[in-house]
Amino acid sequence: MQVYLPIAEMSVNALLVLGMGGLVGFLSGMFGVGGGFLMTPLLIFIGVPPAIAVGTQANQLVAASVSGVLAHWRRGNVDVKLGVVMLLGGMVGTVVGVWIFSLLQRIGQIDAAITLSYVFFLGTIGTMMMVEASRALIRRRAPTAKRGKLHRHMWLHGLPLKMRFQRSKLYISALLPAGIGAIGGMLVAIMGIGGGFMLVPAMIYLLNMPTGLVAGTSLFQIIFTTAMATLLQAATNQTVDVMLALLLLIGGVIGAQFGTKAGGRLRGEQARLLLASLVVAVALKLAFDLVVEPNDVFTISTRMS
Amino acid sequence: MSAVGKGAGRLWSVRVVGGLAGLLAGVFLASMVWAQQLVADLSSHLIAITTGFTGTEVVLFGTTDGAGDVAIVVTGPRTPVTVRRKERIAGIWINARSVRFEQVPGYYMVATNRPLDQFVGRPVLERHQIGLPNLQLGPREQLAPDQLALFRSALIRNKQRAGLYGITLGQVAFLGERLFRTNIYFPANVPTGLYNVEALLIRDGEVVSAQTTPLVVSKVGFSAEIYDFARNQPMIYGVAAVIGAIAAGWLAGAIFRRV
Repeated sequence: MQVYLPIAEMSVNALLVLGMGGLVGFLSGMFGVGGGFLMTPLLIFIGVPPAIAVGTQANQLVAASVSGVLAHWRRGNVDVKLGVVMLLGGMVGTVVGVWIFSLLQRIGQIDAAITLSYVFFLGTIGTMMMVEASRALIRRRAPTAKRGKLHRHMWLHGLPLKMRFQRSKLYISALLPAGIGAIGGMLVAIMGIGGGFMLVPAMIYLLNMPTGLVAGTSLFQIIFTTAMATLLQAATNQTVDVMLALLLLIGGVIGAQFGTKAGGRLRGEQARLLLASLVVAVALKLAFDLVVEPNDVFTISTRMS
Repeated sequence: MSAVGKGAGRLWSVRVVGGLAGLLAGVFLASMVWAQQLVADLSSHLIAITTGFTGTEVVLFGTTDGAGDVAIVVTGPRTPVTVRRKERIAGIWINARSVRFEQVPGYYMVATNRPLDQFVGRPVLERHQIGLPNLQLGPREQLAPDQLALFRSALIRNKQRAGLYGITLGQVAFLGERLFRTNIYFPANVPTGLYNVEALLIRDGEVVSAQTTPLVVSKVGFSAEIYDFARNQPMIYGVAAVIGAIAAGWLAGAIFRRV
């Protein structure tokens, strides 16, 4: 069944897009990540212009993070105060990100910029996760590892504007969560991802937040940055295709339900190792495409100048 | 050329003066000018892009007043296009040089009853922009001829890959001596706008009669509404997209709460 996408101005197979949404939703449910990092490359792969893939993903992620945050909210796993501070930074990051996006689109480098940021972020994070998960697996076999310190002090904790976050039992500089939020906002705008895979480790390792609160709080923050990115992308770049977003959404929601159940059967380290391999594989594929000579070195564009 | 230009001019002025009646009169008049040497029409004058649109075919049919060759030229709306060349910089392929063409038809297709070079010479082809080598694209930059040719052929190649420019000549089929027809295919990614379908009758290497028929490609229904909404009120469209997503997310969360 073909469906015409009014903004992307192309016809796609609805079942294929639903399936892609379902697959990514399944993985995101299983591993507890947004899945945007997989969806954007997949959309580009089926011929959706990268700019529209990114703008539409932002819109779809609003829905995904709302439904995700509901579950965490009911269990009280959202630190609203910390989320709001992150959000303030996130707003700034999103505005800057959309502005950079427009600029890159004007000079014709947006495609390369999107791919390069994917390679960089996915490559770095994926490798780190892989190392960490393998170590954890090895440690499990030889349970002699000593316990680390509960709280490490870094220069980051000496920053001004200290604030108390009762829910997370933290007393840290507000600049820290705001900065993390700002980076997340930029990722949403430029890469079309929620940035969960970046925010979650940052919140755990840099803020030393209780792990139980991390997912809910980052999702809470992602709702607002993705909503803002959608608004700005629609207003400045006109790259949000609601029809495509709807298809992705339906597939994603259903897939996520099954994914969550499947995830319950996986052991933590195994799940992380699997996810890390997936992330690294996507990064390698994108890097490969950048390095190998394209079939046609010429491309044309009619959208904007 | 002068007859064609005058005819088109007259057709145009008549159309401006009076609405539908004028248009009908104009078409009538235009066919009078060339003494019915060639009359052609399309099976449909509107291609409607709906939500289920997957491309469509339009039949052009017509008749001539005797022997002669027929060339059909379909030209889509002209818009600027930027052609970019990737170069390897620090090991990766990124866009480097770019050339902008100002007058690029979004769609271009030629159909004839036999190979062009068998019945018409270069000057006529150039004058009527028949065939891809004779298409005027209006490059903006002043470039060395060889460079320009490179970018020009890249533009055409990309359009052909997208199915928007004909790779080969289409086939005009004659049914008997005078009646002819051809099928024109429009893929799903066909750009919207006003198309010109030109039917030319060629005798002894000269265009003796020509008729231009307009064809409109337009989004209709739901997809048209979404497109117009996104273009005309981008901010409100964005707000609506966000509200829709929040509602959908909420609904999904509520539905699967118990599962």
